[in-house]
Amino acid sequence: MKKPSYYRILKPEEKGLWKKRAPLLTYLDMELTERCNNDCIHCYINLPANDKNAKAKELPPEKIKAILEEAVSLGCLKVRFTGGEPLLREDFEELYIFARKLGLKVIIFTNATLISPRLTEIFSRIPPHEKIEVTVYGMKKRSYEKTTRVPGSFEAAWRGIRLLQEKKVPFVAKGALLPTNKDEIKEVESWASGIPWMDHSFPYSQFFNFRCRRDSDKKNRLIKSLRLPPEEGLKILTRNESEFIMEMKEFCSKFMSPAGRKLFSCGAGNGRGCVDAYGYFSPCILLKSPETNYCLDKGSLKDALTVFFPKIREMRAKNRDYLARCARCFLRGLCSQCPARSWMENGELDTPAEYLCQIAHAKARYLNLLMTGEKAWEVKGWKERLHNFVYTGSPLS
Amino acid sequence: MEPKADLSKAYIPSVDVVAREIEGELIIVPIVAGIGDIEDELYALNDPGKAIWEKLDGKNTLKDIIEELSLEFESPKSQIEEDVTGLVDELLKRKMLVEV
Repeated sequence: MKKPSYYRILKPEEKGLWKKRAPLLTYLDMELTERCNNDCIHCYINLPANDKNAKAKELPPEKIKAILEEAVSLGCLKVRFTGGEPLLREDFEELYIFARKLGLKVIIFTNATLISPRLTEIFSRIPPHEKIEVTVYGMKKRSYEKTTRVPGSFEAAWRGIRLLQEKKVPFVAKGALLPTNKDEIKEVESWASGIPWMDHSFPYSQFFNFRCRRDSDKKNRLIKSLRLPPEEGLKILTRNESEFIMEMKEFCSKFMSPAGRKLFSCGAGNGRGCVDAYGYFSPCILLKSPETNYCLDKGSLKDALTVFFPKIREMRAKNRDYLARCARCFLRGLCSQCPARSWMENGELDTPAEYLCQIAHAKARYLNLLMTGEKAWEVKGWKERLHNFVYTGSPLS
Repeated sequence: MEPKADLSKAYIPSVDVVAREIEGELIIVPIVAGIGDIEDELYALNDPGKAIWEKLDGKNTLKDIIEELSLEFESPKSQIEEDVTGLVDELLKRKMLVEV
């Protein structure tokens, strides 16, 4: 039988439809709200669900729809709805269906507490085409609600998860490793391994970010108290050693030299960005510094992508400490230092974040990229060490 | 029994799909479940497929479309008929097209 010449089927694993010419926008993050119905102890963004001021400032649905339409016109194929808790928005259903009817794939980040039978029915009938990501804060009521600080949130979350499972709506789970739930690692991993759509081990966030809007010293002190010491955090990261090493090799292979003065060596603002709950478009979901956020009242996504973001990406570090350390450090592939985190930690885009530096050095010592006491930015033979690590696995030989 | 292309009928894209142009291909994106063979698959129509799809406006029958395409393209009419009915069969099977 003759093979048809007029169509082909694209499999889910095909990575991206744009092969020849990257569009202006391939992926868009949208924080529909910063409010959340949980009050998690470690959260870097949440505002109370009943925060009237925050709610009043949120983008109305017609503006969100206009942004989505422009995103599609620029070539965008995928949008992530996140927050806060995106399902808190009363118009979530309307926005979700609108995005899907534009042909967008929709990723949803949620705590699952607001997943209802009606919403599950909609996800079943109009699938998001991406797995919903559910954050799980504990396997027991006590541990869960010690994290979320909301009575009843445990039952609500697991009810939501059960609804997704019953209706076979694809989802994956992830967690936050906290003193309140760290004794449940084996239990949560065992449960997660039974989720049909989990194609990787249960991921944890553990090296928590400070508040992204620098809006609460009190919350930052709490977050700081929850941060695991780097060596202790490393024990959790390396519980599956081969997976960890493979991942670190992959990261390192992408960053085979120090960054120099260039601040943005990631993909931030390059075909992607984040619209926050109030209509500001930034190169990255974590980046909330006013100087890097573009007000969409003044222009379009296209204006930001073609004029504003390229200027941001050209920014150079000036801080002496940064230039002496981060700019010369070969642990870029292991380190989470970036302008967004620098701003969260220190209020500037180019200041070393000490905690992140300690973590990167701990990882490097574990991987034999550094000897005890060495500072990565002082190492002379880093090229050979990095090359050996990525390609042979014996950095210090 | 699966619906088959009928030359005397007119067809129109289902409201349950969206067509997006990407790098010269027309990508058919299902909105609701049950469209297509397997969840998450997308269908990409190249130039001949696009030319056919764009004429499926619910007003012209397949016979009219074949006639029009035979004037626009150099292929023999029999080939065009085979392509048109073949594509329409595939789209009907996957519920991406509906009879008007």
